[in-house]
Amino acid sequence: MSARREVVFWVAQRATAVVLAVCVLVHLVTMIYAVRNGLSAAEILGRTRGSVAWGTFYSVFVIAAAIHGAIGLRTVAAEWLRWRGESAELATTIVGFALTIAGLRAVAAVIGAPV
Amino acid sequence: MNLRVSVWRGGSDGRFQSFEVPRQPSQTVLDAVTYIQRHLDATLSYRFACRVGMCGSCAMMVNGTPRWTCRTHVDKVAGEGALELAPLANMPVVKDLVADMDGFFDKWARARGEFVGKRTRADDFAVVDPASPERREADAGIECIGCGVCYAACDVVSWNPAFLGPAALNRAWTLVNDARDTAREVRLAAVAGDAGCHSCHTLMSCTEHCPKSLEPTRAISGLKRATWRLALTAADE
Repeated sequence: MSARREVVFWVAQRATAVVLAVCVLVHLVTMIYAVRNGLSAAEILGRTRGSVAWGTFYSVFVIAAAIHGAIGLRTVAAEWLRWRGESAELATTIVGFALTIAGLRAVAAVIGAPV
Repeated sequence: MNLRVSVWRGGSDGRFQSFEVPRQPSQTVLDAVTYIQRHLDATLSYRFACRVGMCGSCAMMVNGTPRWTCRTHVDKVAGEGALELAPLANMPVVKDLVADMDGFFDKWARARGEFVGKRTRADDFAVVDPASPERREADAGIECIGCGVCYAACDVVSWNPAFLGPAALNRAWTLVNDARDTAREVRLAAVAGDAGCHSCHTLMSCTEHCPKSLEPTRAISGLKRATWRLALTAADE
């Protein structure tokens, strides 16, 4: 039922917003803390590579952002471009997956072992 | 001193026409419109009935803001001694200051705004505790006069013409909280979705402009929670 799907999307967007609020805060505080004495890319990678904790954190961050962004774009498409229906759903779903893949690739690059 | 009143004339492709109306003490916007119709141009079309804020028929755009004109004093809104009057926004124009409210009220029906009971006249009265949380929620929204001010103020209606709007959703919420009503699930399904409560961005224009000081935004938030609970409990369907 489309009504139920709307309900699920609505809840998913709010739930991911809560996750993002926490993630953004942790990300910013960590960044400011980490670079207080100046920091190089090598130093960052030295701390993140092989870290399961940071890998999990940033994977959650990426997935939440992708879900939140895709649902938000769907609303923007409907309200500002009057683009609704299956084509809009498909396009925003593709954007969501693209964000997920691009984000997880970045996480893998920062967390994974040096090539 | 005269009041300069600029009034929308014609249909959607019409234009504003200016009139000079004498200022009176305690003059309402509706008084000014009535003066024009009775003394300056008898062809002016507008709607009113009760003149005391009960019927909800005299709402229009006053200097770009939707208001009930019978209880809006000119002193309050005519800053420079000028008024601009137009038919309610987000509705088709019939003529002059008369907006077509068919779509607005059709949405009340689409939101299942009718009470569905199961008692007959042979049954005893239903006993509803006035202090119960549900009755308090219903009471908070029950005084809607259907004037369309909230609907004209709603940005989401202008973005999504299918959006049911604050008044219809407020009505649905009063019925969802009516212990006697039997159509709760059908109604919640009707108000969910792209045209329903989930499209609301919580901009609160409806609550800001409601002449009866109701809070449709609160009602819509209640519907969002109730539809989520229903989706959870009915997940195995």
